Amino acid sequence: MTVAQFIKAFTLWEFLKAHALTLKYFFKPKATINYPYEKNPLSPRFRGEHALRRYPNGEERCIACKLCEAVCPAQAITIEAEPRDDGSRRTTRYDIDMTKCIFCGFCQEACPVDAIVEGPNFEYATETREELLYDKAKLLANGDKWERAIAANLEADAPYR
Amino acid sequence: MIHTIAFYLFAAILIASAVLVIMSRNPVHSVLWLILAFFNAAGLMVLVGAEFIAMLLVIVYVGAVAVLFLFVVMMLDIDFAELRGGFMKNFPLGIALAVALLAELVLGLGAYRAGKLELGQADGTAATLAGRSNIESIGGLLYGEYLFLFEAAGLVLLVAMIGAIVLTHRQRTDTRGQNISKQIARRPEEATINVKPEIGKGVQL
Amino acid sequence: MTETFINWGMTADWAWFVATICGILLIALPLMLGVAMIIYADRKIWAAMALRRGPNVVGPFGLLQSFADGLKVFLQETIIPSAANKGLFLIAPIITFTVALMAWAVIPFNSGAVLADINVGLLYILAISSLGVYGVVIAGWASNSKYPFFSAMRAAAQMISYEVSIGFIIICVVLWAGTFNMNGIVIAQKGHVFGFLNGFGFNPLLFPMWVLFLISGMAETARAPFDLTEAESELVAGYQTEYSSMSFALYWLGEYANVLLMCTLNAVLFFGGWLPPVDWAPLYWVNGFVWLLLKILFFFFIFSWVKATVPRYRYDQLMRLGWKVFLPFSLLWVFLVSGYLMATGHFA
Repeated sequence: MTVAQFIKAFTLWEFLKAHALTLKYFFKPKATINYPYEKNPLSPRFRGEHALRRYPNGEERCIACKLCEAVCPAQAITIEAEPRDDGSRRTTRYDIDMTKCIFCGFCQEACPVDAIVEGPNFEYATETREELLYDKAKLLANGDKWERAIAANLEADAPYR
Repeated sequence: MIHTIAFYLFAAILIASAVLVIMSRNPVHSVLWLILAFFNAAGLMVLVGAEFIAMLLVIVYVGAVAVLFLFVVMMLDIDFAELRGGFMKNFPLGIALAVALLAELVLGLGAYRAGKLELGQADGTAATLAGRSNIESIGGLLYGEYLFLFEAAGLVLLVAMIGAIVLTHRQRTDTRGQNISKQIARRPEEATINVKPEIGKGVQL
Repeated sequence: MTETFINWGMTADWAWFVATICGILLIALPLMLGVAMIIYADRKIWAAMALRRGPNVVGPFGLLQSFADGLKVFLQETIIPSAANKGLFLIAPIITFTVALMAWAVIPFNSGAVLADINVGLLYILAISSLGVYGVVIAGWASNSKYPFFSAMRAAAQMISYEVSIGFIIICVVLWAGTFNMNGIVIAQKGHVFGFLNGFGFNPLLFPMWVLFLISGMAETARAPFDLTEAESELVAGYQTEYSSMSFALYWLGEYANVLLMCTLNAVLFFGGWLPPVDWAPLYWVNGFVWLLLKILFFFFIFSWVKATVPRYRYDQLMRLGWKVFLPFSLLWVFLVSGYLMATGHFA
């Protein structure tokens, strides 16, 4: 051990260096964003809260093919269907258990008519568990609410599909 | 007035907690009662004007000794039934000890009242303060009048401490302890080497 | 203050009683407010050094965060584990909190502004701070749970270890000041170095003792990097694991009140308490309390700074530092300081 090392050890030199470093960081601009007021940009492929979309004329897209139900690895989707009065095949029940969902996006990949999509919304925390068991009305309402953002995202991502 | 109230309060709590030390079934509770007793003893010391002793009582006994007591007692797993089983066997010995202590106490009080010891005044009140603080008085006594006895006491304690360490110390060879000075002395240059191995040759370690 | 109440027509005993109660409230209430703000400051400093923002939503700049947290724990349910020793379980946080407040009685906030100006002030603080460990040890035992118990064991050993070296450091200061009275120690520091620097910490012989005191203070208050008692990666939350609601909040408040006390002790023992740092007349125009407050805040910044910088010690390293480094070093320094003082005729 040289004399210089001995002096360094006794004057806590390494500690002082570390503290100088943290003091430098103390005055640096913050790396985090001011979350509820600032948000990070999201990719068009972001997989957030689910939504059931409609055609521009107001007709719901889902044709109850049950591909999403079949592909869902978490078995979070439950669908029941029967012909509507006008003869078209539509769901009578479309439930997603959001507590089971793993947000893999297989359902929107499987959907032949782009009915079930995962929208850009990720702020849907609830106070009770029951509120996370989405039914068809909730999903359609989500679709109505987020349609513009979802359509824009789908269009932005379309060239790469 | 307030002096009297304080004295009886401290004294009553002291005696009550001292009784509870030996009465409580849980040894941890016993130690906690003991701490309360120390505290009230310190309070009594303050009342007679011996604030230095009071603080030392709290620092040494409450702050260190009782913590170690608690430390040990908390980790012990005591079988109370067995403890109480030996009670009748040791009862005569206990009585004998109690009588001896009582006799010593009476003897001590008698000697004290005879007034030859300079602990206080013969009528039981504390000695008058000598116009200087507690700390100075005690310092004067310990490092002036009784210096050699004090140093001898220190020596005895030192011997006891060394003895305890020698008795319990064992050199263990099966552990790999941390050598901090060696770690501090170690430089990056000694710890790492830069090599440029040829392709397919590998590194000689 | 007693004279004021006597002038209002009280008897001397009553005036003393009322004045003492007022003094206690005058210290305890601002202290609690200070603790709330210091918790906020701690979080902000820690966050800034990690390039985070820290609390910034409740109130302007998040200043009311501690009060929001306080309200939250106040409204929570107090959970007592069924196997816990109920009485001791509830008494333990009260002990911690009370003890944390008690030590402030002898702190001089300004020339003569002391609640209890006793001869053995420094010893009183040493005695009271040694009691703080009981809250932790009793909590650990009464919780009847493994991790709190480990934490209690650690706390007991840790506090005893560092109290020893703190004792020796304090002896160095007392030897130089010649008194145990806190106000006397402050006054002894006036113009201590070169006749114009106020503070033992500026003395080259006592500066290493200040460094040791700072580090021991962190260990004594179980502050990072010595927060082994609540090492969350090993012991969940240590002795606080089973606590909730107000009993938890009392630990929180007590802990930070202790940290503030250590900062104040640093200021009072080594940096001249309510004296300005330099013995220069215009600086005395500023109120002494302001100087003390600035010094406390400075030392608290150091505490937070260290917390943000240094990783937690391992337990055997902590014990090694206390017994094998600090104890011999401070003992040697008692020898050096007393030798120097004898040689220069300080005691004559």
